[in-house]
Amino acid sequence: MAEKTLAGKTVQVDDEGFLVNPDDWTEDMAPELAKEIGIDELTDKHWEVIRFMRKDFAEKGQIPSIRRMKNAGGIPTKDLYAMFPEGPAKKAAYIAGLGKPHGCV
Amino acid sequence: MAEEKIKKVSIIVSQGSLDGVYPGLIMANGARMEGIEANLFFTFFGLNALHKKMIKKLRISTVGNPALNMAMPMLKFPITTPFPTLMGILPGVSNFASWMMKNEMERLDVPPVDEFLEMISDAGGNIYACKLAMDMFKLKKEDLVDEVQEVLTVGQFYEKAGGGAILFT
Repeated sequence: MAEKTLAGKTVQVDDEGFLVNPDDWTEDMAPELAKEIGIDELTDKHWEVIRFMRKDFAEKGQIPSIRRMKNAGGIPTKDLYAMFPEGPAKKAAYIAGLGKPHGCV
Repeated sequence: MAEEKIKKVSIIVSQGSLDGVYPGLIMANGARMEGIEANLFFTFFGLNALHKKMIKKLRISTVGNPALNMAMPMLKFPITTPFPTLMGILPGVSNFASWMMKNEMERLDVPPVDEFLEMISDAGGNIYACKLAMDMFKLKKEDLVDEVQEVLTVGQFYEKAGGGAILFT
């Protein structure tokens, strides 16, 4: 198991760089994680997505799908794809420290 | 060594039953989720899934479908339980099977077909209808849902599909 240092804290990550333990994540790690995958600045809209994902994951125990983000989180699919280009579900989960999503939709 | 990443996929949907339409939609949506360019080309009976008046009424084919035993676990029967094709012609059976599949899809967070097309379109997937099939079934573009970008000839479809993989479903 690999490790990396984010916001001064050493955390375990899988071989694709996703955090292994969502509980290790803190908000100040998000900007560093975002930079790693080519998102240089997190806007308020990005944060809305990240916070919804964290909250929903805490309540439901699974990473919300794109559909759930739209229907339960009020985040339009178009915006999601614009904010996290080329793979919004994976990229947003990466930044939110939630591990890699395994759903097909 | 990692294989070269797929960059583009064009999926032809030629069937108009619920079970005939979903695989193409799932593959196209899944492609967009991976950052892969996706085109959907609806032809022949596949156009049923784009018709404004039919999109909410798609059904499972319960006749001539010898693999329907696969639905038996949804009814708490073993998967080996046969589904006699003669049962499929009874009134309400196709409706019931369709209702059951829709429920199961909803449980798995798979959207109904109309919402799915909207999501794929919002995700940047392109949705096209086949001109020849439109002419054959006497359809006009305004009969189809708004997500349909264009009516294409086969030649135009191949142009759009250039440089990518083509899947026929």
